[in-house]
Amino acid sequence: MFDFGKWTSAFNSLLLGTGMPEWAAVLIECVIIAVLVLATYIVLALFYILYERKLCAWFQCRLGPMRVGKWGLLQVFADMFKILIKELICLKGTDRFLFKLAPYIVITSSVTMLACLPWGNGLQIIDWNIGIFFILAVSSVGVLGILLAGWASNNKYTLIGAMRSGAQMISYELSLGISLMTICVFAGTMNISELVAEQESAWFLFRGHIPAIIAFIIYVIAATAETNRGPFDLPEAEHELTAGYHTEYSGIHFGFFYLAEYLNLFIVSGIATLMFLGGWMPLHIPGWEAFNNIMNYIPSIVWFLAKAFFISFVIIWFKWTFPRVRIDQMLAFEWKYLMPFSLANLILMAVFVALGWHF
Amino acid sequence: MNLLLEIGNGALSVTAVLTGIGLVFAALLIAKLISPRSFSVKKSEPYECGIPTRGESMIQFKAGYYIFAILFLIFDVETVFLWPWSVVMRGLGPQGLLCIAIFMFVLIMGLAYAWKKGALKWE
Repeated sequence: MFDFGKWTSAFNSLLLGTGMPEWAAVLIECVIIAVLVLATYIVLALFYILYERKLCAWFQCRLGPMRVGKWGLLQVFADMFKILIKELICLKGTDRFLFKLAPYIVITSSVTMLACLPWGNGLQIIDWNIGIFFILAVSSVGVLGILLAGWASNNKYTLIGAMRSGAQMISYELSLGISLMTICVFAGTMNISELVAEQESAWFLFRGHIPAIIAFIIYVIAATAETNRGPFDLPEAEHELTAGYHTEYSGIHFGFFYLAEYLNLFIVSGIATLMFLGGWMPLHIPGWEAFNNIMNYIPSIVWFLAKAFFISFVIIWFKWTFPRVRIDQMLAFEWKYLMPFSLANLILMAVFVALGWHF
Repeated sequence: MNLLLEIGNGALSVTAVLTGIGLVFAALLIAKLISPRSFSVKKSEPYECGIPTRGESMIQFKAGYYIFAILFLIFDVETVFLWPWSVVMRGLGPQGLLCIAIFMFVLIMGLAYAWKKGALKWE
């Protein structure tokens, strides 16, 4: 497997070799990282908008965007430019400070989560020893931005949308966290790079017996709700609330929520990849040496992105397959089914680990 | 396995947060420079499907959401207690399992009580 760490350490020694003080080298590296993260963020968001639009069209037997560029590839750039030249309207009676603060919180939380993901062999930015817990903590800050956006807009639709969104996101965060914890019980670590390294022989989905598979299913359902998508898109129920919590945002202000929504879709898929599908690790089957060697030739970043795009595909598929649920059904489903099931599953996994029934 | 081993995680996290703030700030700046601006009384009304707004919007709101927020708080604090356990579970063996089973039992009794009291019912 190619190790991207070689490039970065070579670059680091190159910088230090020029004789500049250490803090200057660190500063330059931080700026480069910031630019890289920013570029990744924008490119992924643009890709995901096209991905969703094309998939949605194909599910409905349409062609999707076709006019701008070949197969509509330039459509998203045209959309982005259009959204930039729209007027920023600030309404009468809004809480100006909170209204403008909300996009900052939403975008910042998703950028920070993006920087935690393991992209490839040696391609990881933030690597706390409590990695997965850090990601969950940052993701719950994003809810705050949505609540603020709805509250500050001084509109009844946005208020209802924000409240629904808040209730939904905090509820599903519980089963999301517990299903990830199930894997932590199995792996015995929260560090992201260690979690990936643990999955070299086989992915956790296959190593963890039945509890890992149940946890994966619970995770995908909770992640769909967490990103306000699919059958759980109550906060933005168009027929009831126009556009939910971002009704009053115009121009690029709305664009921020739109970007964060798509990036969150990628991030939840990335976490699923990291915790269940082996992160950037290739598909290894114990005993099949020749097969494993062939798989090692595919670059690690391709593995990571392919798995994440696959999970996103499944989540987009949900959206165009299931009808929207009502709010009472949504909350009852979380508190009466998903949550007890995920707690029971956690205990089951603990039993498996205590008895040593794992691979 | 950091991208750059020499930079601490704290500095990297701050970099990520500043990147987010910078992205919003820069995009807003560009939008302010190239977007048109105009003012009219009707435009600054809240959008409520053409019907004039009645009363305040920032009001005390349905208590149902509040109950779920309280329930969330209880279970979220519980997960905070469970995280450290989850990391060391492998080393603890059956004893760790027994201890956490008692903890979970108390917790699930709490959920059952809330359920029976009708806190999970949406009305």
